[in-house]
Amino acid sequence: MFFIQPLRFRFYFNKVLENLAVLINHEKRFINDEEGTVFMEEIYLDHAATTPIHEKVLTTMYQIMNDTFGNPSSIHSFGRKARSYLDQARRVMAESINANEKEIIFTSGGTEADNLALIGTAMANKDKGKHIITSAQEHHATLYAAKYLEKQGFKVTYLPVYPNGQISVDDLKKSLTDDTILVSIMTVNNETGIIQPIEEIGDLLKEHQAYFHTDAVQAFGQLAIDVKKLNIDLLSVSAHKINGPKGIGFLYAAEDVLINALQYGGEQERKRRPGTENVAGVVGMQAAVEIATASRHERIEENQRLKAVFLQTLREHDVNFMINGDEELAVSSIVNISFPGINVESMLTNLDLSGVAASSGSACTAGSVEPSHVLVAMYGEGNERTTNSIRFSFGLGLTPEMMVEAANRVSNIIKRLTN
Amino acid sequence: MEANKNIRVVVGMSGGVDSSVAALLLKQQGYDVVGIFMKNWDDTDDRGVCTATEDYEDVIRVCNQIDIPYYAVNFEKEYWDKVFTYFLEEYQAGRTPNPDVMCNKEIKFKAFLDHALSLGADYLATGHYAQIREENGRFQLLRGKDANKDQTYFLNQLSEDVLAKVMFPLGHLEKDEVREIAREHGLATANKKDSTGICFIGERNFKEFLSEYLPAQPGEMRTLENEKIGMHDGLMYYTIGQRQGLGIGGPGAPWFVVGKNVEENILYVEQGHDPKSLYSDGLIATQVNWINEDLIQDTFECTAKFRYRQKDSRVTVHVLANGDVQVLFHEQERAITPGQAVVFYDGDICLGGGTIDKVLKNDEELKYVG
Repeated sequence: MFFIQPLRFRFYFNKVLENLAVLINHEKRFINDEEGTVFMEEIYLDHAATTPIHEKVLTTMYQIMNDTFGNPSSIHSFGRKARSYLDQARRVMAESINANEKEIIFTSGGTEADNLALIGTAMANKDKGKHIITSAQEHHATLYAAKYLEKQGFKVTYLPVYPNGQISVDDLKKSLTDDTILVSIMTVNNETGIIQPIEEIGDLLKEHQAYFHTDAVQAFGQLAIDVKKLNIDLLSVSAHKINGPKGIGFLYAAEDVLINALQYGGEQERKRRPGTENVAGVVGMQAAVEIATASRHERIEENQRLKAVFLQTLREHDVNFMINGDEELAVSSIVNISFPGINVESMLTNLDLSGVAASSGSACTAGSVEPSHVLVAMYGEGNERTTNSIRFSFGLGLTPEMMVEAANRVSNIIKRLTN
Repeated sequence: MEANKNIRVVVGMSGGVDSSVAALLLKQQGYDVVGIFMKNWDDTDDRGVCTATEDYEDVIRVCNQIDIPYYAVNFEKEYWDKVFTYFLEEYQAGRTPNPDVMCNKEIKFKAFLDHALSLGADYLATGHYAQIREENGRFQLLRGKDANKDQTYFLNQLSEDVLAKVMFPLGHLEKDEVREIAREHGLATANKKDSTGICFIGERNFKEFLSEYLPAQPGEMRTLENEKIGMHDGLMYYTIGQRQGLGIGGPGAPWFVVGKNVEENILYVEQGHDPKSLYSDGLIATQVNWINEDLIQDTFECTAKFRYRQKDSRVTVHVLANGDVQVLFHEQERAITPGQAVVFYDGDICLGGGTIDKVLKNDEELKYVG
């Protein structure tokens, strides 16, 4: 076994935390300014891409990894110890969405959860029908799983998205047939932050055979989610979007949902997800879920304040911009802004060079920024908003002062690029 | 060194060894270096992978090794409009275009330079083998030190204004030295093969590529005496002086492409070890650019290249009233090809160049060259 002297451990650990405090959101580095060399603060406004790990998550994971290495499936004491951590975490996940423990399947993250939800249920239920409904603005983890299912002989309807950023429940109603076995609509869009009409969809599907899957990767921690009340059958969550570790997430699948595993191997996760569990990841996610649940209200308010300060500062600088989607329908952690007259690639590069991290759409594998499929769905191909929009997303570690500074830098760049 | 840290240099990085070393050298000189990859062509290979991906991966690896930020920029539309369209039009007109010259003029040292400047760059650097000399606020383009790799031929359309904002960190090095520097520093691209051929075609079959965009019109191959010798697959597939791939071998001396008649879709061929009809003594060039325009006289002697990696030949240049030039060769030249660049030199100084439009012999245009 592997031991670290308690004193040395504490020393290293404190070091880790010290460094962490510097790393989160405000890594310092030198840049060149007109006045000479100045101290620049890097400001991280890309919390929808991933989030800094919470100090408590790190502590918990470090302790678990230091303390437990057993395989939860083993029948000896080492295994049991690991298993008990897993059980405890599963309870916390279940409670966070009002599910029961048997309904939580640990996965490697949001992508695997979405893939498992779509492909796993489609394959297990194809005798009931071969029609699936999703929307044009889903995450690629859903969209490409749907495309794969089309190749396997399923019929997929991609619901349109309106300029307010939402799909329409009426469109969904009209698309439903007796052959429909699955509806997959995200809770909150990852690029615009727009909340989808999940409650109405749940109501609509109550009397229909189709399962209701929702990708809640961006919603978790931002909205209260009760799967029973909302009539949700499947729901995906990822830990690293809520200040947890990467490589871990879960799929909630209601007890009566028929689902096939996508992998073959052991009998973990009730045979729905073979493979030795990522115990430290699961426990890290547990800590992240606990924090997200307990501090949800404060965080929403905090993010609202950050967003407001950011937008207000842009307005004070007379920056010409439009918010994509209906602001009233967005979560407080994301705002997607169109800047007329700018080019996304130049803007993002300039932002990064000035120490502001933000993003837009998805980069192609060769690095260049492609028009966002979400904005294309909302505004149509060729609309200038698809090539001049930037997503800013907020979270842990940001302060109103940082938002003013970030907006100042954005404003400077916009003025330089558009003059 | 210390002063350089306030100078931002954007390096155009292709994922090859040359631009990797260019970035490394600038970083060592203390500049604020930013690496940018240009995506000019949208293509996927047999596995559906974007062909630019591997190159961009190499850019990422190198930039991380030398610790500079890296980004990509997409110029597919600009490349299509300004370079590829021209490329196809020239082939349609029976000429042999040089897309690299056009790419440097319109993309790398125009659209990309503008992009670099929009990022607050003071200079744009590339891995070209060429040198820039600054004297009393004037800028001259000089050949690269490595005579075998000198790339000024492709840079003949740059202006002095552009040169003032450009750096060629490899200009004073030999290719072997560049490889050696890359190896010494363990750069990920140290042993990467140099790319060959035209960037957007890559390693693919040229004929196949072209046939995807231009309809091939087979026609007759004739001698200049109008004797029918065989059939050709489409004029665009042949270039002046070409010997291989004509399908009319057999006993006797080899056959060469000596000309094209686009109107009648005829490819002219001649037999012989070195047919006289391939030779000419002058040319007219259009789209002429002078790097230091005010220093050019109406008539002057200098040397010229008619193809990349050809030895210089002595010529006399007459600048015509419309800006085109008449170039008279001091000795006859072989296989002068319309569409290719003619580039002028005064010793090591690249004066500029133009596009070969007409080929002359005894003061007459060689009609069969097309």
